[in-house]
Amino acid sequence: MKLFTKNMIILGFVVLLAVLPLYIARDAEFGGADGQASEAIMELNADYTPWFESFWEPPSGEIESLLFALQAAIGSGFVFYYLGYSKGKHAVNKSDQA
Amino acid sequence: MSLRKIKHIGLLIAYVMSIYIFIPDNVYAMHIMEGFLPFNWAAFWWIAMIPFVIAGVRSIKQTVTLYPNLKMLLGMAGAFAFVLSALKIPSVTGSCSHPTGVGLGAILFGPAAMTVLGMIVLIFQALLLAHGGITTLGANTFSMGIVGPFVTYGVYKGLKKLGAPQWLSIFMAASLGNLMTYVTTSIQLGLAFPAASGGVSAAILKFMGIFAVTQIPLAISEGLLTVMVFNILTVYSQRELQVLTAFTGKAITSIKRGVKA
Repeated sequence: MKLFTKNMIILGFVVLLAVLPLYIARDAEFGGADGQASEAIMELNADYTPWFESFWEPPSGEIESLLFALQAAIGSGFVFYYLGYSKGKHAVNKSDQA
Repeated sequence: MSLRKIKHIGLLIAYVMSIYIFIPDNVYAMHIMEGFLPFNWAAFWWIAMIPFVIAGVRSIKQTVTLYPNLKMLLGMAGAFAFVLSALKIPSVTGSCSHPTGVGLGAILFGPAAMTVLGMIVLIFQALLLAHGGITTLGANTFSMGIVGPFVTYGVYKGLKKLGAPQWLSIFMAASLGNLMTYVTTSIQLGLAFPAASGGVSAAILKFMGIFAVTQIPLAISEGLLTVMVFNILTVYSQRELQVLTAFTGKAITSIKRGVKA
């Protein structure tokens, strides 16, 4: 099987795994899990007070999503830069040999 | 404390526990929030992390000095973890969690190298996103940067030895590494916040029970994505992969033919 077809099939499964939950758990909130974690700890141990605060918190959900998008963009930028670079290198090596 | 008071508290705890069991909405993120581990536990995980970080820095230095042209691939492994841990993906339980992406680098460069790269990702998220934290960095690095990569590496080696096909070994390794990261977080939370009835083990079991369901689809996704990247690497970066110790299973110094980039 060609590399592209093989990877597209795998990608299909990944997308399916991310989309299906939206149908299966239609009524759920899909909230962030860490906020709930802190709440849960407070309920388990009501006496517990966090003894340290974050130095800086994103002032709003918008800013937070900006930073998350930035993180993903920087990461995928480099991943695909490398993949493109090695594909190009591979092609050059191949044509040299031929 | 009077008997009545104890009864009340017991009822409250039973109530809270039943909520957790019946409403799987309360899922715990992989990263423990800033300040949410008692000081002693935070310090314990920090100290536990340090030897692995030192080993990781050494391992990266060795790889980079022996094979300077693997630097790019190392950067790519770090970037992969960077992207994947930014993606919060919905799961069947109706809450979101994210993959770790450290499996790829662990298979390529060995587990210790990923301790350092995982820690860098965690520092970024703690300082800029208030996701995780500096006091809990030790605990979070231990789960995502130490247990995850070491499990991945062990499973990969084990399956290869058993003669499993390459893709299956990679898939299982990355998936189980992801799953074990979350199991570790449950253990860390359970140790720090034992349940009133049943103590540490009950708390751990409860945390894990919630985790397992949410995390399984995400672990599968992470395994699939890691296989995808490996498919591309085996076609286009054949020579880099041949050099890598972790990949071929030979000692790094025993392979003298370098990669001519």
